[in-house]
Amino acid sequence: MVNWQPLILTFQLAALTTLLLLFIGTPIAYWLAHSRSRIKPVLEALISMPLVLPPTVLGFYLLIAFSPSGAFGQWLDEQLGLQLVFSFPGIVLGSMIYSLPFMVYPIQAGFARLSPSLREAAYVLGKSRRTTFFKILLPNVKASLLSAIVLTFAHTIGEFGVVLMIGGNIPGQTKVASIAIYDEVESLQYGAAHTYSLVLFAITFAILLIVYWVNGQHVKSWER
Amino acid sequence: MMECSLKKTLSSAKGTMSLEVEFSIEEGSLLCIYGKSGAGKTSLLRLLAGLMRAEEGFIRVNGQTWLDHRQGVCWPPQERPLGFVFQDYALFPNMSVRENLEFAKTKKTEAGLVDELIELMELGDLQHRRPTGLSGGQQQRVALARALVQRPPLLLLDEPLSALDLQMRRRLQDHLLQVHRAYGLTTLLVSHDLSEILRMADQVMELEAGKIIRQGDPRSLFGPATSPDHLQLHAHIVRVQEGEKQWKLEIFCENRLLEINLPPEKARQFQKGDEVLLAWHASEAVVHKIP
Repeated sequence: MVNWQPLILTFQLAALTTLLLLFIGTPIAYWLAHSRSRIKPVLEALISMPLVLPPTVLGFYLLIAFSPSGAFGQWLDEQLGLQLVFSFPGIVLGSMIYSLPFMVYPIQAGFARLSPSLREAAYVLGKSRRTTFFKILLPNVKASLLSAIVLTFAHTIGEFGVVLMIGGNIPGQTKVASIAIYDEVESLQYGAAHTYSLVLFAITFAILLIVYWVNGQHVKSWER
Repeated sequence: MMECSLKKTLSSAKGTMSLEVEFSIEEGSLLCIYGKSGAGKTSLLRLLAGLMRAEEGFIRVNGQTWLDHRQGVCWPPQERPLGFVFQDYALFPNMSVRENLEFAKTKKTEAGLVDELIELMELGDLQHRRPTGLSGGQQQRVALARALVQRPPLLLLDEPLSALDLQMRRRLQDHLLQVHRAYGLTTLLVSHDLSEILRMADQVMELEAGKIIRQGDPRSLFGPATSPDHLQLHAHIVRVQEGEKQWKLEIFCENRLLEINLPPEKARQFQKGDEVLLAWHASEAVVHKIP
């Protein structure tokens, strides 16, 4: 009998990470698209780090930072009752850092592609910055938002190193599908490994297919 | 009545330039701002709209002070009552033509004005379409209609007609003149097309490198001393062909290519690309009746 728990946990992790990143990533993307600040390159470099750094490096530092024997980990535990090492909240936080560029960059590119006169036209019509953002800018980067959401979701499903380092392998807590596959292969349970792999393969392919299909339709409907 | 005096340092690829202008415009008139690209025409409109901040100066419109650097007054673009038509039209792609107009409405907008503008600009058949699929001329009409929804006393147009073909341009010039009069607007139009200016402007102002170099009535500025029995057409020189006794000028006028022969001493002053006025005395004109 196949244990579905790792797969369910994987999708819970991916969904929560994507949702939280959408709220954090959109303002960052908007700021990056319009800012001429001197610290912008620094921020861009930091956000891009997970693209090039081995996930184990990120996981290692997070492990040290959140370890209950360290000062910060102790403070989190005492003040907020938050244990980030070997726990579900910990792997959510790790995934958020790891997937941040996949949320930020598509949205940033979307905002940067919009003509600046759209924003200015709304201002001249007396609309506030807030109204302009929600009624004009955000609806016009819909396609970018969709790609960002899907990329983040899919990327989080495929995550392995960060989760393993900071979360370990606790069933129901941190044992996501990618780790379960590794675990099954280690103990020569190829049948179970096949099941997990195939399900991940099929579901991620289906998600991406739907998105590209919808995106194509969307573009057409605007050109009509 | 609008009076302004503005100073702003502009930086471009060619280096920095100081925009320094001082002018006034009567209520209800149509002022064309003319000049080469990079002369500061668009920046001037942006300063007036508050999309760019002047370093020094003031803007007073019908007794309201929109900007005065000495008093620290600077109204944001949201509060300045004006309509702006952008060079790229800036229509919102996520809204239909009608929704673009509806978006511009405020609490004060009279019921029925959107319908009136849709009819006036001949947008009835297009009102439920998205702007992305419309032609340049159609988009221009939508942008103009949208700029008028709030019934602004002042209308700023940033080369709205430059991307259109000659025929379409003519029709839109008529539309523009029609709304300019119907709504009693004070209009500032950036243009680098002389025929457009001669057709539309009450006043013209020429900018060069950020300064006003000429200002006044378009005919006295761009036309030779004229009398009513002279016929004038705006044209430009396509080619100057040297010959022994006669030089041949190829002139593009009214969408046609004309050839005119001139003696070398007269033709020498012209170069390819020059803007010229073709003038005839009416006594030499041939008049045909169209059956």
